[in-house]
Amino acid sequence: MAANHQWESGRDHVVQSATWAPSRLPTFGCWDTEHVAAALPLGAPAPSDGALPAAALRELRRAPFGVYVHVPFCATRCGYCDFNTYTPGELATSPSTWLDAVRRELDLAAQVLGEPVPADTVFVGGGTPSLLGAAGLAAVLDAVRGSLGLAPGAEVTTEANPESTSPEFFAGIAAAGYTRVSLGMQSAAPHVLAVLDRVHTPGRPVAAAAQARAAGIGQVSLDLIYGTPGETSDDLAASLDAVLTAGVDHVSAYALVVEAGTALARRVARGELPGPDDDVLAERYEQIDTALSAAGLQWYEVSNWATSAESRCRHNVGYWADGNWWGAGPGAHSHVGGVRWWNVKHPARYAAALQAGRSPAAGREILNPEEQHTERVMLGVRVAEGLPLVALDSPSRAAADRAVSDGLLIAVPGDRLVLTRRGRLLADAVVRNLLAP
Amino acid sequence: MTTFADKTFTPPELIRNFCVIAHIDHGKSTLADRMLQLTGVLTDRNYRAQYLDRMDIERERGITIKAQNVRLPWQVNGVDHVLHLIDTPGHVDFTYEVSRALEACEGAVLLVDAAQGIEAQTLANLYLALEKDLRIIPVLNKIDLPAAEPDRYAAELAHILGRQPDDVLRVSAKTGQGVRELLDVVVAQVPAPVGDDQAPTRAMIFDSVYDSYRGVVTYIRVIDGRITPRDRIRMMATKATHELLEVGIISPDQKPCDGLGVGEVGYLMTGVKDVRQSRVGDTVTSERKGATEALPGYRTPKPMVFAGLYPMDGSDYPELRDALDKLRLNDAALTYEPETSAALGFGFRCGFLGLLHLEITRDRLEREFGLDLISTAPNVVYRVVRDDTTEQTVTNPADWPDGGVAEVYEPVVRCTVIAPSEFVGTIMELCQGRRGTLLGMDYLSESRVEMRYTLPMAEIMFDFFDALKSRTRGYASLDYEEAGEQASDLVKVDILLQGEPVDAFSAIVHRDAAYGYGTSMATKLRELIPRQQFEVPIQAAIGSRIIARETIRAIRKDVLAKCYGGDITRKRKLLEKQKEGKKRMKTIGRVEVPQEAFVAALSTNDPAQPANKRS
Repeated sequence: MAANHQWESGRDHVVQSATWAPSRLPTFGCWDTEHVAAALPLGAPAPSDGALPAAALRELRRAPFGVYVHVPFCATRCGYCDFNTYTPGELATSPSTWLDAVRRELDLAAQVLGEPVPADTVFVGGGTPSLLGAAGLAAVLDAVRGSLGLAPGAEVTTEANPESTSPEFFAGIAAAGYTRVSLGMQSAAPHVLAVLDRVHTPGRPVAAAAQARAAGIGQVSLDLIYGTPGETSDDLAASLDAVLTAGVDHVSAYALVVEAGTALARRVARGELPGPDDDVLAERYEQIDTALSAAGLQWYEVSNWATSAESRCRHNVGYWADGNWWGAGPGAHSHVGGVRWWNVKHPARYAAALQAGRSPAAGREILNPEEQHTERVMLGVRVAEGLPLVALDSPSRAAADRAVSDGLLIAVPGDRLVLTRRGRLLADAVVRNLLAP
Repeated sequence: MTTFADKTFTPPELIRNFCVIAHIDHGKSTLADRMLQLTGVLTDRNYRAQYLDRMDIERERGITIKAQNVRLPWQVNGVDHVLHLIDTPGHVDFTYEVSRALEACEGAVLLVDAAQGIEAQTLANLYLALEKDLRIIPVLNKIDLPAAEPDRYAAELAHILGRQPDDVLRVSAKTGQGVRELLDVVVAQVPAPVGDDQAPTRAMIFDSVYDSYRGVVTYIRVIDGRITPRDRIRMMATKATHELLEVGIISPDQKPCDGLGVGEVGYLMTGVKDVRQSRVGDTVTSERKGATEALPGYRTPKPMVFAGLYPMDGSDYPELRDALDKLRLNDAALTYEPETSAALGFGFRCGFLGLLHLEITRDRLEREFGLDLISTAPNVVYRVVRDDTTEQTVTNPADWPDGGVAEVYEPVVRCTVIAPSEFVGTIMELCQGRRGTLLGMDYLSESRVEMRYTLPMAEIMFDFFDALKSRTRGYASLDYEEAGEQASDLVKVDILLQGEPVDAFSAIVHRDAAYGYGTSMATKLRELIPRQQFEVPIQAAIGSRIIARETIRAIRKDVLAKCYGGDITRKRKLLEKQKEGKKRMKTIGRVEVPQEAFVAALSTNDPAQPANKRS
C-alpha cells in the first residue's frame, strides 16, 4: 500500500553515497529478495484508457489538486517496511524505464482530466526518492511541469534519507524547484535504529536538516518512529531533543506497526522481540505531544505537528480534506471526485501497461454517498480543524455528545468537533461510535 | 419372517415380560441384538447392530433414551412361549419412564459388565425393580474379555441380592455364549402375567413416541381385558378419547394384529400428533364400559431444571421456536416459554427433567435442526416464602424477589455414589463441600463401597460429576433421585457491568458460595470483555451490597498512526467491517460485549457436561 502513504520516512534507505544516479542503481550488490508489500484493495476493474466519469471530473476544481509520484526503489529493505518498494536484485526495471513510464502516466493524466490542471502540491515518496539523486528528482518535477503543469506557489516535497543527502543534493533539488523535504530520522538511539535495520551516522539527520535549510529549502520535516521494541522513554526523549535541536518546522511521529509479512513480524512471532504494547505507545505519544507542544510545534493531524499553519504539509492535508490528486508510479493511489483507483504494484507490469498505451490502474471504486460520508468522518476527525457538526446526523450527534462528555472530543467555535489528546489516541474508536452509534 | 408369536391373544401363562437393567455400555443393546437373532426375529441378513437403539444420538453416545420393546418367540421343552423384552431408558433423568417400563414387567435381567461390576445407576434401577417385586436374574456380561473378573463380581452381585454366586449367570452377548440359557431361565423364573380377561380393559402406557409419518405410536402393556382395532379408547388421566386406527406388536418392526390380550405388550395408534395426548403412565381403557379405576402410579412429568436457550444468531429465533415445537411432539416432559434477555436477546426458558435431558435436547436442536445455541447456567426450582407469607415459585433468577424473603426452599436429591473404597475420603470431602449430608455407606465388596448422600440439587448441576470423576480417576459412578426440599440460606448474586446487571449471569447460590461465584465470574469477564474507551467496573452484588469487584482498564490507544492517500480505502473497508461486527455486540449499559464473551463465560461451567460424560 505503499504509494500514497506519504509516510515520509521509512522508505528512504541507507546508501553509501549521496550522489547515486538512477542509472547506477542496478549495480547494487547486496539485496533483500523478500517481497512483502501489502496487498492492494479489491475493487471494480478500471477502464484501460483510464477514463473517469464526468461527474467525478466536475469535482476537479472544487479542491486543491495534488500530484504524488511513487519511487519504488530502495537500496535494501528494512525489516519493518511493507511498502511497495524493491531492491535492485528484485527488479528488472531500471530507474530510467520507471521514469519513462511515469512521464507517460502523467501525460495520460493530462489527457484523462481533459484540460491542464496545474498541481498545487507535488509529493515524491517511496521507496527512497533520494536514491534518484538531485538530477533524477529534477527530471520527475520536469515531467509534472511538462504534463499537468505546476501552479504558482506550489508546494513540492520529496522524501529523503539523511544518509543519501549532501549540501550539493539539497542545492540541486532547491534549484529544480523543490520547496520542502521530509527526512527520515526514526530515532536518535543506535539500538532502536538497529532493530529497524537503519544505520545512521550519529547526528546526520540533524545536520541534513540544517543543510537543507541552508540550501534554501523553506520547509524541512523530520519523522520519528516510536514504540520500537527496546525503545525507552529516555531514548525517545533523546530523539525529541535532537529533533528540536535541528530546528525543523514540521515533525511526523508514527507508532511502530508490526505489519504482517515483514521480517519484523517474523521476529516478533518467534519471540525474538516483544511486540509493541498499546499502553506504552499511548504514553510515548503523550510524551511526544508534550515535548513538541512545549517547543511550539502544534498538532494538526493525529501524527503530524507543525510550527505554524504555513508549515503544514499542504499535500497531505489534501488527503484528509477530501482533495483530488493523481498518484503516478507503481502501486500509487489516486482520488478524483469520489473515484479512487490504484495502479498495479509491480514496476515491470506498470511500465509495460504504459508502454502499450494502457492505463496502469489495477482497480478502482466509485464511492457511493454513504461511503463518501464514512470517509469524510474518518478523515475529518483526524485533523485539528476538526469535523464540522453539520456532517453528522442526529444519532451521530448523540454519539458525539457522549464522546464530548467522555473527554474524547471538544466542541470548538464554528460548530466543529476536535479530538482531545486522549481522543486522538482513541480516534478510531471515536469514528466507529460516530458512524455506528 | 413370521413366527407363532405373530399371533396375539396368547394365554398369559405362556407370556414372560422382562426388561434388562444395565449401565451404559455394559452391553444391553448387544444382548438384545443377540436375543433377536437367537429367537429368529431378526435374521442375520437384516441384522443391524444394536437394532433397538434407533436414534443416532443414542447410538453415538451409547445410551438409550427412549424405550423400545420387542416380542420374541421362544420354545422351552417343546412349548411355545412369548417373551416381551422391554427396553428401559438408561439414564437418571428418566427414572419415571424407567419405573413405568418396570411396571410392565414381571422380571428383570440385571446385566453387569464382568470387568467393571455394578454401577450406581444400575443399583438405583435395581432397587426400583425390587420395590416392584420383579424377579431379578443376575447376569455377568463380557465374560470373554481378558479383564473380566466374573468370580469377584458374581460375589458382589450375590452380596447385593442376598443370593448365591452360583445364581449369577455368565454370558457373552458379543459371542452369544450363554444367551440361550439365559432365555430359558427367563421362561423358568419370571412369573407369567396375571390379569382378568373379562374385566374392563386396562392397559398401561409405558412409552409414547412421535413418528413423523405415522403420528404418535403408543406402547402399552395390557393388564386386564383386551384391546382390539376399531375400539374407541379413553386415556383415563387426560380423559381424551380416540379411535384406534391400529393395534400391533413389534417383532422386530411394527406388525398390525387383531388385538392384545392380558399380559401382552404392543403398540397402538390413534392418529394423534402430540405425545402429550398419550402420556407415559396413563391408563388406556375402552370408551364404553370402560374401567372406573386407573392403574396406580401416573404422574405428570415435572421439570426440575430450567435454563434459557438462545440462538447464537438472533435471526434464528423463529427456527428455534419451530424446532422446540417439533421436539415437543416427542417429548412430553419438555416445557418452554419465550424469554428476553438484555444480554442474549430473544430465546426460550426451557424446563427439563434433569441435566441429561437438557443436554440431549440442546444437542438435538443443534444437530437435527442445525441451530447454534447458547445456554444460560441451569437452575433448579425454588420455593420462596415472603415476609407476608405468600409463596412464589422461582424458575428463573430474574424472578427472584428483591426483598422481603422470609424463607427459601430448594430441591434436594438423594445421591448414590459407587466407587473403589480407597476414594471414600475424597468423596466425603467433595460431598461435604457441596453441602451434602451422609446418609449411609455400604461395602458392596471388600474393595467397593456405596455411599448415600442428600445434596441440594443445585449443587450437582455444575461440575459435580466431573469433580467426582477426576477425584476418583474415573472410577466413581453416580445416581440421584429427587428427595423433597429443604430450607436453605440462598441469595441471588447479580453480576454488574458498569453498574448494570447482566441478566444472563445472575445466579442463585448459597450465601457461603456467593463470594466465590462473584469473584470467579468477575475475573472471567475481566479476561473476556475487551477493553473499552472508559474504565469498566465488574461487580458481583447481593441486592445492593457489592461482594466482589474487578476492573477492566480503559483502552488508551485505538488509532492507526498513518492515514494517507493509499490507506484510505483499506481503512474505510476495515471500518465497514467493524461496523458490522458492532452489530453483533451486545450492549450492556454502554459496555460493548461480544457474543463470544457471553458464550465463553457461560460455557466454562458447562452445566450439562456431567450428564453428558456420565458413563
